[in-house]
Formats: sequence, C-alpha cells, structure tokens
Amino acid sequence: MAIITYRQALKDALAEEIERDENVFIMGEEVAQYNGAYKVTEGLWKRFGDKRVVDAPISEAGFIGLGIGASFLGLRPVIEMMFFSFVYVAWDQAVNNASTVRYMSGGKVNCPIVIRGPANGGTNVGATHSHTPENMIANFPGLKVVCPATPADVKGLMKSSIRDNDPVFFMESTLLYGNEGEVPEDEDYLIPLGKADIKREGSDITLIAHGGCVLTALKAAEKLKKDNNVDCEVVDLRSIRPLDKATILKSVKKTNRVLLIEENKPFCGIGAQISHMIQREAFDYLDAPVHRISSVDSPAIYSPPIEKIQVPDARLVMREVRNILQIKA
Amino acid sequence: MSTETPETHDFNKGRSRTLEKADIFDYAKDPVNKAMTVEEKLKCFTDMVRIRKFEQAALQSYQKGKMGGFLHLYIGQEATAIGTTSVLGDNDHIITAYRDHGHALAVGMEMNECMAELFGKYTGCSKGKGGSMHYFDPEKGFWGGHGIVAGQTPLGAGLAFALKYKGIKGCAICYLGDGAINQGVFHESLNLASLWDIPVIYVIENNGYSMGTSQQRSSAFPEAGLAARANSYKINFDTVHGENLYEVRAKTNIAVQRAYEECRPSVLEIFTYRYYGHSIADANHQRYRTKEEIRHYQENKDPINVWEQILIEEGHLNVDKVKEIDKAAKEEAKAAIKFADESPFPPPQEMLSDVYHSVDNPGTHTNEGEIFFNDQLPF
Ligand SMILES: Cc1ncc(C[n+]2csc(CCOP(=O)(O)OP(=O)(O)O)c2C)c(N)n1
Ligand SMILES: [Mg+2]
Repeated sequence: MAIITYRQALKDALAEEIERDENVFIMGEEVAQYNGAYKVTEGLWKRFGDKRVVDAPISEAGFIGLGIGASFLGLRPVIEMMFFSFVYVAWDQAVNNASTVRYMSGGKVNCPIVIRGPANGGTNVGATHSHTPENMIANFPGLKVVCPATPADVKGLMKSSIRDNDPVFFMESTLLYGNEGEVPEDEDYLIPLGKADIKREGSDITLIAHGGCVLTALKAAEKLKKDNNVDCEVVDLRSIRPLDKATILKSVKKTNRVLLIEENKPFCGIGAQISHMIQREAFDYLDAPVHRISSVDSPAIYSPPIEKIQVPDARLVMREVRNILQIKA
Repeated sequence: MSTETPETHDFNKGRSRTLEKADIFDYAKDPVNKAMTVEEKLKCFTDMVRIRKFEQAALQSYQKGKMGGFLHLYIGQEATAIGTTSVLGDNDHIITAYRDHGHALAVGMEMNECMAELFGKYTGCSKGKGGSMHYFDPEKGFWGGHGIVAGQTPLGAGLAFALKYKGIKGCAICYLGDGAINQGVFHESLNLASLWDIPVIYVIENNGYSMGTSQQRSSAFPEAGLAARANSYKINFDTVHGENLYEVRAKTNIAVQRAYEECRPSVLEIFTYRYYGHSIADANHQRYRTKEEIRHYQENKDPINVWEQILIEEGHLNVDKVKEIDKAAKEEAKAAIKFADESPFPPPQEMLSDVYHSVDNPGTHTNEGEIFFNDQLPF
C-alpha cells in the first residue's frame, strides 16, 4: 500500500477507470488545461487528451444535462463541479432528469453518471460557496449520495461509483484533499456503496458521521479517551444513500448511546433521518436520547473566526458526548 | 449604436487594436463628455486610483493572512466601473458579480467598510457576513456582489422591471463577465428584457478570460464577439474600448438614454483586462496567458494611464497633482487597513441575525412556531 493524498487517490481512481473503460470521460470547468481548480484532475488531460478530459464553459445546466443524455447511450460521464454549490444552476437536470428517467421509462433507460466535487464549508468563501447539499440530494429517490472521508475510501468509492449504473453524487471536501493515508494499489479496489466503516471501535457511545466530520469525530474520540477515559465508536457512513442500516444499528445496540455529527444544517438533515431510524428500530437499546450536532442553522457566514464555530468541531463533539454521558467537563 | 451582424464585426481587431489619439478625442466630443466639469473629470481619475490603491492594500493584507477565502482583484478594469456609473442618475441601480470592489467604491461606498468586510469584521459593509464577493449597499443603488456566475443577471432585469412597474424613470446596469454569458439564465434574462421592454443594461466586462479559459475556448463563435449575441433577442448592442473612459461614458450614456426614453434594454461589451490572476489563489495565471500579453495591456491600455494622459493633455492634471492624488489614495487605503484591523469581529450570536426579517423585527409579522432548529449552540 502506498501513502498518498486524498486528491491523489481520487485522481488515481479517475485515471484507472478512464483506462479501464473507454466510455468513461471527465467534463467540467477548468478540468483539462488548467488541471482543475483544486488540482484533482492534474495531468489527466495531458495523459488522456481532449476526448477523455473536456474543458467546459460555465454552463452547468448544459453540461450536466449533456452528461445525463450521454449516459443514456452508455457513456459514463464524470462531471466535476468546481464547488458542489454550483449544482443548483443545474438542479432541474439533476433532480428532474437524472432521478426520474429510469422510473418514468419503466426501467428502460439508465443513467450511469457521476457528479463530483467539493461540498464543504469552513473555508471562508461565503454563503453562496459553502453548501453541503447531501441531505437534499439524498431526498430524491433515484439518486445516490457518497461522501468519503479518507484517501482509501475516496478511491474505492469513486471506482464503484463510476461503475454504478445509477446517478451518483460524489461529495468531497477541499479541506480533505491534502490529507494523506494508506491506499491499496489494486486496480479493482472497490468499496461497495452503502457499506459503512467502523473507523474506531468503542463501547461507551457511537459517533456517526460522514465526510470531513468523520475526522472531527475521531479527533474528539481520542481526546475523550485521554481526558475522560470514554471509548467512542466512530461509524463512518461513507455513503448516505444507500445507507448501511445494519452497521449503524449493530453499533447502537452495542454502545446504547448515539451522537450524530454532520456539517449540514439541522432541518431535515441526514441526522434527522438516521435518528428516526434508530428510535424506531433500536428504541429498547437506548440509554439516552439520540443527540445530533450540525452546523448552526443559518447561511454560512464569511467572517473567518466566526465561521470556525459555525461548523461542528471536536470541541463541540466532546461537549455533547460529555452531556450525553453526564460527565462534568 | 449598431446592430451589426456577427459576420461583419471583427472581434479580434476590436480587442487588441491600440487606440489612436484621434479615437480617444472623438469620444471627448460626445455631449455627455463635453458636459463634464473639470471636477468631474478629476473625480473619475481619483476614483480609479482609489480602487487600485484599495485593492493593492487588500492584496498585501491578504498575503499577511488578514482575511480568508477568495480575493478577486479588479485592477486593470477600473474605467469600466467608474465610466459606467459616472453617467448614472439618482434613480439608477447597479448589480454585479464577485469581482465587486471596483463597483462598490464607484458608487461611493467607503474604503473602511469595504476593507473591514474583507477582514470579516463587524464594521464591514455586510457586518463580516458576506466577504469579498458579497458587498451590498442598496442605499447607493448597489445590489451586490454575487458569487454564483451569472446569478445576478435576472436580478438586474428585476431591478429594472421594478423601476418601470413603479413608473420611475431609471435603469439598472447589470455587469457580468465573458464567462458568465455562457450561463443559460443570462439568455433567459435577455429574452425577457427585450420581450417586456425592460430598461436594463448588460455590461459584459470582457477581460478575455474566465479563470483559465480564454474566450476563444468558451465561445462557439468568438469572431462574432459576445455582445452580438444580443442580436438574437433584438437588443441593441455595442462594443467599447475599456481603457478609454470617454468611450465608456459615451456608449453607456446612449444605453442609459435608450432605457430612459424607450424603455429598451442594451448590451455593451467592454474590452478590458485583469492584471492579476482570477483570484489570489490563481497564482499560475501566466500558464494560460503570456507575460508579454499582460505587459501589453499594462503599457498600452491601462485605463488610469490613458485617462491621466488625456487630462494632462487637456491641462487639468500635471505630474505633481497625480502624485498627490496617488498619495492621498494610498493613505486612505492604509487608514482603511488600520480601521479594519482595529475593528471587532462580529459576536457569535450574529450568526443568527439577518436570516429572517420576522425574527429581527418581532411583532411585525403574523408568524408563529419554531424557525431555527439548533439543538445546541456552540457559543
Ligand atoms: C455557477 C458557477 N459556476 C462556476 C463558478 C466558479 N467561477 C467563479 S468565477 C468563474 C469565471 C468567471 O469568468 P468571467 O465571467 O469571465 O468573469 P471574470 O472572473 O473574468 O470577472 C468561475 C468559473 C461560479 N462561481 N458559479
Ligand atoms: Mg472574464
């Protein structure tokens, strides 16, 4: 196994799939000659040329829709959103076309497209550029949502997403791109969509998170072990839809306490759905109410030190865990 | 103003041609320019210099880590904001994209509030909530500051629609980039503006690039130019040399008069150039354009230099006076940095104000029930 960055793992996945399947191509703004706004596609245009790595004008509705149409004929477009916040320009294509075409055609039309890019706040780019729409997108039956947290996961999940026959919204984070980790080099390293991963075993409480919040949870878990001798189990959802219900419930039944952590806004967030599922299916196992942490319920603020506390951090996770376990700080 | 067909318009010639003195002084004779007082001419000069000094100071502060996020500099394009707004009246409004510092200062926003906003301070024009891309000052007719490419284009039509609806003789200028014209919503906006006789003026600030993509690589018919797309919507259009303030003013004024008198939209494509990268993060901007190209614009088409030469030739300005204006602008920018530095950050609970009018103004709405859903607050 090699130690590489999240960005490199993502790029390797893209390159391997482009090589493996002639129908795979990348399209987006500045993905080719500029090497990607966040350098995820660096070098790919040079290596694979204009046909496989396509620079598009600023026409998201146009090229996402085009990708959806092209996927009908078996192409496997991987469309980059410079920021996921820009997907709203193409909202109709995403939710009215991608999510419904298979259903409305009685199963005759498939839409194997991947729409990928960073979806995170915490970088002081203001309300228009800091959206985390995984909950909204997961709200549409027909769409899949994946949010990898580590280099290994981003590789295995991207490869599975490209090979998937349904539309996959693949959400990354600009704050994760530089992180390093061990990544298998196997060309068929596939992580199934809908398989959560226990990132840390523990017996006192289950922390459930996805994307960047997994790292926040892990950081808090280490600190809680040190400070309070609390053993947190950290469940990384990895994919939001499909969702690994079995792993979640198993962990809850083991620890009997849950804290859900997400960067989304609270209203109809991922945590709301999972919380409902837990109370319905594991009510008798709970020793405390299910708690949730999300971003503060307001648009993303620009002011750097204030935005820092608007999105969940390890400190807040620790405070909430101590609350649930009734530990005095 | 023409509605020339795309075939007859030589885009490349228009863009790269170096202006002859004769061209410049041709526009000096335009009534809107002839009517300019010396004070007005000097104010245009001073305001362009102020934009440049403000941004140079902001850049330095950015490099010192005083702010976060993006910083899109307007340097090189100053005559567009100053020239276009200088012919507007009290009932007119403007709206632009994220490269908005120039427009903000052009409408009279203070350096202090603009700098403080970059620093994320409570004294900023948006209380530190919007940042560089999202300046607003409705009282000065400035409706933002918009981060999503072309997101402002229907809003511009809406501002103008509201003026007409209310029976106010005025117009709205909506600025956008050469990359933004490829968004569908811009074309929907053009069609609506023409169909419904909306007094909006779209000013395409064609600086040649959308991030690292040249117009030749993003436009299907670059030879036609970008303004010519207006033709398909029966909208009058024109192209403008953005380094010539006289020309910017003259052609903007034609569009403004058309809005006032005929209630018709216009599209102006202003050829201009940004000296810095797309944002400060775009450090490798010399990969997609040459040093020589940048130098060509700086040496031959700098809007401040061109205006300075005109005013010197007209006898309104001399080297000493230029130095004085420069120095004053520099000091104003320095003071703005001090102001921003010493200002407080917004208190954390500010996060939850300005979200809803009904919450900020209790008792003024027929609302009940929960509106925020924070299980806990981090502060
Ligand atoms: C819908 C959307 N897509 C992409 C972006 C990212 N983006 C910001 S500015 C920009 C380039 C715009 O170029 P142009 O319109 O020419 O304006 P300029 O930056 O040159 O002023 C891009 C791609 C965005 N902000 N919004
Ligand atoms: Mg541009």
